Amino acid sequence: MRAADFRSPAIGPHSLEHEARLARLWETSPGLKGFLGTVDHKQIGIRYIVTAFIFLALGGIEALLMRLQLAGPNLSLLTPEQYNELFSTHGMTMIFLYAAPILSGFSNYLWPLLLGSRDMAFPRLNALSYWIYLASGIFLYVGFLTGNGPNDGWFNYVPYAARDYNPGLNEDFYSLGMVFLGISTTVGAANFIVTALRARAPGLSLNRLPILVWGTLTASAANLVVVPAVSLAFFMLWLDRQFGTHFFDPAGGGQPLLWQHLFWIFGHPWVYAIVLPAMGMVSQGLPVFCRRPLVGYGSVALSTVATMVLGFGVWVHHMFATGLPGLGLSFFSGASIAIVFPSAVAVFAWLATIWLGRPVITTAFLYFSSMILMFVIGGVSGFMTASVPVDWQLTDTYFVVAHIHYVLIGINVFPVLGAVYYWFPKMTGRMMDERLGRWNFWLTLIGFNLAFLPMHLTGLLGMPRRIYTYPEGMGWDSLNMITTIGSFVLAAGVLLFIFNVLKSLRSGAVADTNPWDAPTLEWSVPSPPPPYNFAVIPTVASRYPLWEGRLGGTGAVSSLDRGMLLESGKETIATSSMDAMPEMIVEMPHDTSAPFVLTIGTALLFIGLLVKTWTLAALGLILLAAAILAWLWPRRELREREARS
Amino acid sequence: MIDAAVGQGDRAMDDALQGRSSVLAQPRDLPVGPIGRSGLGLWGVGTLIATEAALFAYLLFAYYYTGAAAPQGWLLEPHPTLRLALPNTIILLVSSGFAWYGETGVLRQRRYRALVGFGLTFVLGTLFAVIQGFEWQQRPFSLGDSSYASLYYITTGLHIAHVLIGLLVLAAIFLWTALDYFSPRRRLSVSAGVIYWHFVDIIWLFIFTTYYITPYLGFGR
Repeated sequence: MRAADFRSPAIGPHSLEHEARLARLWETSPGLKGFLGTVDHKQIGIRYIVTAFIFLALGGIEALLMRLQLAGPNLSLLTPEQYNELFSTHGMTMIFLYAAPILSGFSNYLWPLLLGSRDMAFPRLNALSYWIYLASGIFLYVGFLTGNGPNDGWFNYVPYAARDYNPGLNEDFYSLGMVFLGISTTVGAANFIVTALRARAPGLSLNRLPILVWGTLTASAANLVVVPAVSLAFFMLWLDRQFGTHFFDPAGGGQPLLWQHLFWIFGHPWVYAIVLPAMGMVSQGLPVFCRRPLVGYGSVALSTVATMVLGFGVWVHHMFATGLPGLGLSFFSGASIAIVFPSAVAVFAWLATIWLGRPVITTAFLYFSSMILMFVIGGVSGFMTASVPVDWQLTDTYFVVAHIHYVLIGINVFPVLGAVYYWFPKMTGRMMDERLGRWNFWLTLIGFNLAFLPMHLTGLLGMPRRIYTYPEGMGWDSLNMITTIGSFVLAAGVLLFIFNVLKSLRSGAVADTNPWDAPTLEWSVPSPPPPYNFAVIPTVASRYPLWEGRLGGTGAVSSLDRGMLLESGKETIATSSMDAMPEMIVEMPHDTSAPFVLTIGTALLFIGLLVKTWTLAALGLILLAAAILAWLWPRRELREREARS
Repeated sequence: MIDAAVGQGDRAMDDALQGRSSVLAQPRDLPVGPIGRSGLGLWGVGTLIATEAALFAYLLFAYYYTGAAAPQGWLLEPHPTLRLALPNTIILLVSSGFAWYGETGVLRQRRYRALVGFGLTFVLGTLFAVIQGFEWQQRPFSLGDSSYASLYYITTGLHIAHVLIGLLVLAAIFLWTALDYFSPRRRLSVSAGVIYWHFVDIIWLFIFTTYYITPYLGFGR
């Protein structure tokens, strides 16, 4: 046995010189090199969050323009074509460029801290997933800004998306952009799965996983297998448009409904992928402000997984009105209704946590708890449309628009805003302003409900979605005006939030290590955390390491101040999947520009395909291949090859 | 900042009073970096294969879905000829055997055996791609003829794209083996590449069955 291959890690307390040594090993280099090459999950996470918020703001501005157009009947602020591009780009932005990436951002930042690790399992892949996300977002927005945005709604049904009806580059930008973005989602999902299963602190067994991790892990497992469906569908659409194939073209024996199947096989699990991690944030944060552990941890974790498993079998409920056979409709209707059960488990667990706890009213608490109400409203309206006859009445009306916004704003944006209030001190070392926070919360809550609660009625009164204007006297006028006013109140709330973030960043009260007295590992390291996260690898003995001794359990105590030092290189520990027994010392990669170069290559490839300039596409492909080869080249320091002289 | 319902005691004192003891992981002799096949990279390959397998599952779903709903005569070639496809399938399967053989060469520290294995895998893989090119030429239909034709070419085309990626991987492994990078202990790159190659072969079996065998069973005729 050679000494280099096996080692017993030194155990010790952390000391200043140990920390200085780790800092030298883990710090991102300054300047452009570090900016382009960093693999630090915390920097990547914050980039994800900031970028996703920029897209949220863009999508919000698009929505406000549409609300102005719809404020009264027969307005002509926007042309029908502009309106088409606006509502499609709004959907694309919010669902693909905001809702999922924002959750990836939080998980990227938080996971290693929650799991007692020094980084994600694949730090370079992490950097790649961010760069690809950014590049594909820019790609899609270049389309929109040059008048070539998607114009067929975010789910982009054929035949309107086909070339005969849609000759411009709009759908080509959207198709290729979505295949491009899919790469980011997929590599991100792979990274989360392996991190959750292999890169945890010793003792952090599966039944002690922080509940947020369950949400993102479940969503990632789904993304890994459903994103190919939508990437394939968009790729086929592009081929139909540009190379005369007949996948979706009935004239050539194709199936227009194939698009809908492939899209929703992806689309419905995706809906869960953009709410389950957010529900995880609530399950993680809410109990802290109730001063007790989450009620029913095991049930909540299992129901998270159960929601996703059922979620694979409900996609046809988006297609009830397409003339499919009755037996199929019954099956998917039943499955859609059954999803109520696991969803309700989470709701009752949160209610019980508040009921049995001693709530401390903070802005974060307000966001987390108000989310429960909106989850119930959005859940019930979803449950209604799971019934085939009700769906036939409501499909393609504003009722469905109200539903999706209760789900996406209620279960995604509200938990995310709460999460910012909750984790901002950890990320920045400063507290957010609570007084502004109250204003910010009530404005968003009132604005949101003012905008979207009446919208259910607009839909029940028969207003179809996606129309750019409507005639007088349909009974929709005042409802639309209320929605427009509400949307501007909501926007004011979000603006105040952004102001609060910027103000608190400069002059917020300084936060100590654990300002909320929270129980999980991220609150055991300084705010903001050092580049290496944990000076010594903690050993975890319970689900709530920082609340041990108060909960009255009989278990052993976690060791946070003594542990493996791992200072002879950029090292962390890999553990077994179930019990988190230490299995391997992992050498972590240093900063590298390979992910960035790979992204440039991929971007060139997609631009080349878009404008059909094959030399450019080939150039991109070569750059891409070179970056991958450099990335995967076996390295001595990563122990990927023998250390022969 | 917030008063705790559960009370804030001095933890160490509580522990002492309640007879708790701190747990501390002190593992001995942990492998440093990937040893043999056990490393994080292998899990990465697992996720890659899961997502790629899903991609091909959706391609085959598209075929069966479109074919099941299509009127009679959907297959442009009701009895597809196996003259090239069957031998080509065997070539690909044999190449997987050589990939395995090459991997055992690394395991037993016989570098030339490894190089022969990976080299022959590469040659057979290239042969497969070339024969597939002839196969395309001999089809009595082209990409834009019908939904069947489009599905045939996109499915076999995406498979060939994966074969080409696999060939690049094999070339890299061949080069790295020639540079004497690996040992039975440090060889995760080899195993990962070989697993990927096996995967590309297994996927072909599903495609072959779908496009060349099910017509004889009556699907889509």
